[in-house]
Amino acid sequence: MFLFVGCFLCIGIRQKGGVGVGRVILHCDANSFYASCELVYRPALRGQPMAVCGSTEERHGIVLAATREAKKWGVKTAMVNWEAKLVCPDLITIPPDYGRYIYFSRRLRDIYEQYTDRVEPFGLDECWLDFSDETTTLTDGVLLAKTLRNRVKEELGLTLSIGVSFNKPYAKLGSDLKKPDATTLISPGNYRNVVWPLPVDSLIGVGERMRRKLAARYVLTIGDLAAQSPRAMHAWMGKMGVILQRYAAGEDSTPVMRTVDEPEVKSIGNSITAPQDMYTIHDAYCVMYVLADSVGARLREAGMRGKCISVSVRDVDMRCYGAQKSVEYFTAQAEEIVPIAMRILNMKGFDTLLPYRSLGLSVGSLELNTKPMQMDLLGDAARRDRLARLHEAVDSIHTRFGERAIERGLALANPLYNTIIPRVEHVVHPVGFLR
Amino acid sequence: MKERFAEKIYIGVLAVTQPDGSIVPLRLIWPDGRNWEIDRVLDVRPGVARKAGGEGVRYLCRISGHERELWYAHGQWFVEGGEVKE
Repeated sequence: MFLFVGCFLCIGIRQKGGVGVGRVILHCDANSFYASCELVYRPALRGQPMAVCGSTEERHGIVLAATREAKKWGVKTAMVNWEAKLVCPDLITIPPDYGRYIYFSRRLRDIYEQYTDRVEPFGLDECWLDFSDETTTLTDGVLLAKTLRNRVKEELGLTLSIGVSFNKPYAKLGSDLKKPDATTLISPGNYRNVVWPLPVDSLIGVGERMRRKLAARYVLTIGDLAAQSPRAMHAWMGKMGVILQRYAAGEDSTPVMRTVDEPEVKSIGNSITAPQDMYTIHDAYCVMYVLADSVGARLREAGMRGKCISVSVRDVDMRCYGAQKSVEYFTAQAEEIVPIAMRILNMKGFDTLLPYRSLGLSVGSLELNTKPMQMDLLGDAARRDRLARLHEAVDSIHTRFGERAIERGLALANPLYNTIIPRVEHVVHPVGFLR
Repeated sequence: MKERFAEKIYIGVLAVTQPDGSIVPLRLIWPDGRNWEIDRVLDVRPGVARKAGGEGVRYLCRISGHERELWYAHGQWFVEGGEVKE
């Protein structure tokens, strides 16, 4: 009987026709992910207002995730710690354990991959799953969502909000509509009633700045955006306008990437908000070495090297600046990366922006380090070879005895800057949806 | 309403690793040295220890006629102890 109902709905959907026929996309969002992972190990805190917060001393003092009870008091993600304590004096704060969150994220993905090989992660706690085939209907998608929610709750103790729809943006929107532990279906039959009346910034890709821009022309709801003509949107805000209009109208056909189709790494980088502001260029030099050592080690670990060095700077007024420079040779060694990065700071006049609050460094234009390397007639090939072997030895010591087993003498210049090990502590942020 | 929670007790377990990699617990050893034979493993699946906290592979076992849950996580075995009252 149930199968019959499923088929009937499917026929209904197909008859309505047009939009996204046949696709079954789920967007799974683990609720209050960091906080929920912590509660799995700290059951005594269940039912209490709790938040995972960065360290105030290290100047990462913001709320990273809060439990439902904390949210009821008005605690919000990205709130500064003291502000959160102000709105909720009984708030229990605990430090983040990124290793734990990465572990849970991997376990979540393992479960998803038992159902489909088309699993596209969006940050640690969100994934799109594609179940589209000839016979699967959106009703089946809702049943699969229930199965996934139950399994994740039983096996990992986490709750999921799942959006089931015929395209990725609507599935993502659906997962935001009902929380926690709920499924929302957005079908070709109901999207006009469910999605279109929502404020336009509920749509993925529409942030605060875009919302203001759209509001200036009275585009206030997703329905308003869907009603715009693609040509007018292109004339107004270019390619991005057309993409957003398609999202709003439910016409997006972006595929969910297969697990094996993970995008190749384009660049490897780290950034640090230093425990104290960098007042001199020498401070920046010390921090740059901390970053370059981390980036270099991660490049070598990935078997890569690059030749485009990018630097980003945030000053004490939170203004951000960035620049990049390509060099002639590929490298994965801090000793070669740092001089280029410092030259960028100097050439772009960033040294006049001191003091800095944070610094970022990344290396792009990557290639595999197994590729033959063009020798440089005037370069010091022997020195570069020695450097590579030195780093190989240092990496091996770090792997065997820990990150603190061997350090640069420079680290002694200002030990405060050496308290962070970005390679170990780096956080995986969601990749951009609009690639 | 606050939920009940329990003490997490790490225990010793004598176990055999099968050729397929699965682990079968045979004897449970309490921290004070007392030990019990595990009569039968009734169910094995990933699971959460809701009262004591933690997750891992949950073994539902029959021990001296009673059904008890054991967890194997990150190289350690544990059980949920008695409920802790606040």
